[in-house]
Amino acid sequence: MRIRSALAAAAVLTLAAACGGGGGGGGGSSSAPDEPVKLNFLSLAWQKESVAANKQIVEEWNKANPNIQVTYVQGSWDNVNDQLVTQFAGGTAPDVIHNDSPALSGFASDGYLLDLSAKLPAELKNDIPQAAWDTVTFDGGQGEQGIYGVPFLQESQVIIANKKLLDAAKVRVPTADKPWTWDEFSEAAKKMTKDGTYGVAWPMKSPVNKILNLSLTYGGTFFQTAGGKTTVKVGPEEREVLQRIHDQLYKDKSADPAALGQGTADPLPAFYQGKFALLPAGVYLRQQVVEQAPEGFEWVTLPGPVGTSAQQGAVSQTLSIAQDSEHPDEALKFIAFFLNGANQAKLAKGDWLLPTSRTAAADPSMTTGENGWDVATASAKNLVVAPFLKVNGFDEWETKVAAPVLQEYLANKITIDEAATRLVEDGNKVLERYQR
Amino acid sequence: MRRVPQYVALAAYVVFLAFPLVWLLSTALKTPREMALADPTWIPREPTLANFADAFGEQDLVGAAVRSLVVALASSVITVLVSLPASYAMARYRSLLNRVAIGWVLVSQVFPFILIIIPLFMILRDLDLVNTLPGLVAVHVTFTLPFALWMLQGYVRAVPRELEEAAAVDGAGRLRSIVSVVAPLLTPGVVATLLFSFISSWNEFMFALVILQDPDVMTLPLTLVRFTGPEGVARLGPLAAASLMATIPSLIFFAIIQRRLKSGLMAGAVKG
Repeated sequence: MRIRSALAAAAVLTLAAACGGGGGGGGGSSSAPDEPVKLNFLSLAWQKESVAANKQIVEEWNKANPNIQVTYVQGSWDNVNDQLVTQFAGGTAPDVIHNDSPALSGFASDGYLLDLSAKLPAELKNDIPQAAWDTVTFDGGQGEQGIYGVPFLQESQVIIANKKLLDAAKVRVPTADKPWTWDEFSEAAKKMTKDGTYGVAWPMKSPVNKILNLSLTYGGTFFQTAGGKTTVKVGPEEREVLQRIHDQLYKDKSADPAALGQGTADPLPAFYQGKFALLPAGVYLRQQVVEQAPEGFEWVTLPGPVGTSAQQGAVSQTLSIAQDSEHPDEALKFIAFFLNGANQAKLAKGDWLLPTSRTAAADPSMTTGENGWDVATASAKNLVVAPFLKVNGFDEWETKVAAPVLQEYLANKITIDEAATRLVEDGNKVLERYQR
Repeated sequence: MRRVPQYVALAAYVVFLAFPLVWLLSTALKTPREMALADPTWIPREPTLANFADAFGEQDLVGAAVRSLVVALASSVITVLVSLPASYAMARYRSLLNRVAIGWVLVSQVFPFILIIIPLFMILRDLDLVNTLPGLVAVHVTFTLPFALWMLQGYVRAVPRELEEAAAVDGAGRLRSIVSVVAPLLTPGVVATLLFSFISSWNEFMFALVILQDPDVMTLPLTLVRFTGPEGVARLGPLAAASLMATIPSLIFFAIIQRRLKSGLMAGAVKG
């Protein structure tokens, strides 16, 4: 016992000697009365321009508000929810939290996030359209709907096109006011398919969100709620986009099969080489094209195809306040500043995404034709809350059912009927567990 | 001539081991445009240091590396200090308690760490160790200790009891025979355990992620991940540059004790 005690003491001493100067100070948001309020802001910005914009806005705030000092803490998208689960449970979560709207639902119902609905400043509330607020409105666990974040960046699907191949095909060039219908898109892709060049590439390593968001152009929602119970549905509306992409791959043979198993950005080297003409992708991918495209490579941004409507499903990047924050009012003041129109324009530009703020969307930097900003920003009006956003169990349905089924269907291993049956039957078993 | 296949196999193994490092170096020196070429190049056509400038300009890599070094050194030293006497006891004393302890050490290895991360966080919070490097060291020691114990007790078992008995005949007490006879023979094992603990702590990400919240205390893995975005998208150039710099301390540490580690592995293999 004595040896053990001596060892324990030695360990503690060594530890203290080795690390004495390195410690921080626990949660760190409480302050003495005459000290400035300290807020921790967990940001997930990672692009160079976006990080710079975040830091600049925080610096401006700190300079203008000596009594409310914000510490900028950079996190990462891939691990943020693991990090937050632990910190929420331990009561040490950051005051202001950057995340995306699908993640908010669970945290809100567990009571970890502050309901902002009664606190939002009118200017901020009115500057952001209701469709964006819908993406952050959830049941707070007591059966009441609340607003658990401020939505500020959104993504829409556009088509990034090789201009030379587009011009050579002599097809009508779609505009924000008159986009291609899916039929026109398919025809254009067929025309561009010749001499070893494909019309389009569909990178479908993670197909679920892309298919679900695009399916809204035909009113496909994939989920229905009746009598308080949500089930999966795959009717004619949900099959439409799926079937059209499948046709491009196997009937028209206008889609590059090599891209099918790739991640969103993976086909870009082949795109620069002119191996295909059209790349449907999120608006953020323009950043990589600007950075990587070889000199002389001309490209344009086209609006996404429309079906019976131009609607696309959207999720938002959000700023929320932890329920345990000791300074929620100050945190909200900071959010209102951080997400004012001018700042949202900077953040959107840095991340190559779309601002939710109407003021930001009108900023000249968001409406310029350069790098397709005009087309990208115009597409924001078609964004509606993604249908899956409020489905309990969606994450499990996505990973265990939808992703493998859609991959098998797009790889032509099963028919659309088999895919539909599995999406519904296996999917409902998953959803049922979340609704008991 | 008979050795040619051996050399070919060894060369292939060296290439296999060196490939990630060489590719990392190549990527760190490339422009974004060159990284996106459909036919990747080994030697950058227009080598650039811009990725290093970005990595060091945007993140406090040096500060994070120093903190990682402090945590890794403290964790590995404490792990060895604690596991050395414990492993001796496990190897030399035969009792029911000993067998239970060995069983418990094995069981602890099959536990998914993620299951206990929240309770562990609560304990650290109650001890005021959240957001501190000592807190992270305590966790790293806790999780490295079982394997270190297992590793070291193998080395202790390899030391013949007869040596201690001979020392006893010459009048040495147990402590004396441990310090003068057993400990020197365990040096290779201690070095191997030290290296294992150091690398485990140096690379550890998950516990650091949840324990460290203040930018001023964050370690290197937490700093590297800032170059990655959602769904596996990353700023490859700065990430490669920063990752390359992050491998250097490990390489230096390994180079310094490589000779002793080699003999340690041999000693364990032959005598165990």
